[in-house]
Amino acid sequence: MEEILEILEKNARASVEEIALMLDMSVEEVQETIKRLEDDNVIVGYNTLINWDKSNKDSVVALIEVKVSPQRGQGFDKVAERIYRYPQVKACYLMSGGFDLTVIIEGKTMKEVALFVAEKLAPLESVLSTSTHFVLKKYKDEGVIFEEDTKDDREALIL
Amino acid sequence: MNMADMIKPNVRNMPPSGIRKYFDLLNEMKDAISLGVGEPDFVTPWSIREAGIYSIERGHTHYSSNPGFIELRRQIANYVARKYQVKYDPATEIVVTVGASEGLDIALRALVGPGDEVIIPEPSFVAYKGCTTFTGATPVVIELKAEDDFKLRPEQLEKALSPRTKVVILPFPNNPTGAIMTVEDQQGIVDVLKDKDVIIISDEIYAELTYGRKHVSFASFPEIKEKTILINGFSKAFAMTGWRIGYACGHPELIGAMNKIHQYAIMCSPTTAQYAASEALSNCDDEVEAMTREYNRRRRVMVDGFRKAGLDCFEPMGAFYVFPSIKVTGLTSDEFCERLLTEEKVLTVPGSAFGDCGEGFIRATYANSYENIMEAMKRIRRFVQNHM
Repeated sequence: MEEILEILEKNARASVEEIALMLDMSVEEVQETIKRLEDDNVIVGYNTLINWDKSNKDSVVALIEVKVSPQRGQGFDKVAERIYRYPQVKACYLMSGGFDLTVIIEGKTMKEVALFVAEKLAPLESVLSTSTHFVLKKYKDEGVIFEEDTKDDREALIL
Repeated sequence: MNMADMIKPNVRNMPPSGIRKYFDLLNEMKDAISLGVGEPDFVTPWSIREAGIYSIERGHTHYSSNPGFIELRRQIANYVARKYQVKYDPATEIVVTVGASEGLDIALRALVGPGDEVIIPEPSFVAYKGCTTFTGATPVVIELKAEDDFKLRPEQLEKALSPRTKVVILPFPNNPTGAIMTVEDQQGIVDVLKDKDVIIISDEIYAELTYGRKHVSFASFPEIKEKTILINGFSKAFAMTGWRIGYACGHPELIGAMNKIHQYAIMCSPTTAQYAASEALSNCDDEVEAMTREYNRRRRVMVDGFRKAGLDCFEPMGAFYVFPSIKVTGLTSDEFCERLLTEEKVLTVPGSAFGDCGEGFIRATYANSYENIMEAMKRIRRFVQNHM
């Protein structure tokens, strides 16, 4: 099962037939395993990793440190949920250390992101404080180095 | 004075490998997919590279002791004991060499000369015959067969042994066939060799690249351990081909003699590579396993690709090569490879480059990206269809 996950993590487009061949399993076995992993929420989604800087789309990403006063009886979960329901919030993590939640927000411009934080995030009842950091450049994301030179310069023929 | 005549005969008379023309053909080609490479497509794991770089920054640029840093030899002894259950004394039974290739060379130079015979199973890595010839000794070839999955059979070995046999080379997992020997297979060979006065050189450079089973070293058989030189290295398992670092383990007399040559000819292996190798042995088990899993997937894809193309292909269980038969096309290995390159821009290596019994086969490597392999298999299928 872990091997199927390993393959799909690097290549979400790997077909069931390809995976079956690579792992010496039957197509049905692979299909069933993937369905089970999806149903159990082990596989929660299939995304494409895009370097937006190279596209025409205006995109700005910010990482916000949020300090929260936890809700009685519910801890951080309810507060986190109020935050991550917003579609602009691409990621939300509960953290150890000096602050409670990491919130990653994507917008068209820095102003748009800053306004979102000011108008929607900071005023939330349980939010004590926010600290916004803008991502200037992505070197590596999800295990993929964005600007790697992948030319194969090996000796073409070696006995 | 004729320069060519000044060259020692057994060097001068060594025939060229016959693959020169492929380089020339390739040079004129763009977008050829090479399945002829002989090294991992992976780059050395970063932590190993970093350790090498750091050692240079710290100014560790001097010679090490001849057989290699004792700390590295200790790590090698631990690694070999842990992985292959063979124990060696780091102080007297291990030498760190410039690639497994140097280990092979100094072993032969320490053991054989004119009048001695060296048994070499083929198809196999061309260095065995080459280095044997350079010493003046006589290579005695055993032709391995596809029907035997290119394993060495005890009867073949019995037949090849003679009173002049000094060394037997055992190359498993094998380049170019990808063949491995199971414990049962190995026991059969051990039984033949256990009471013969010969030295065994076991080239186990592909030990980590075995699929579906754990590699068993010939040196782990107590009946022959004393007379076996275990050759291994970092090139294939850790993707450190360019670093040139390997090791040889064996009886103190044998390693002592090899170290003598190593000392005079080489002084010591590159120290930067030794520091990097130390990091490899300490911290990189996971990376090796991940690379092996990736090779295994590609192996299945390539074998399937050749079979779907209509070529008979035994399933290789080691190294990163596939050795299908192209006899069904009626072409020679050389014709097949040359035409495949010019017509479909896919480079493979004629099996004949690895020994006469390699004729009728080609070697393709799966040390290439999954995408390139898929594309190459598509082109090969088309080529075979056009040449049936």
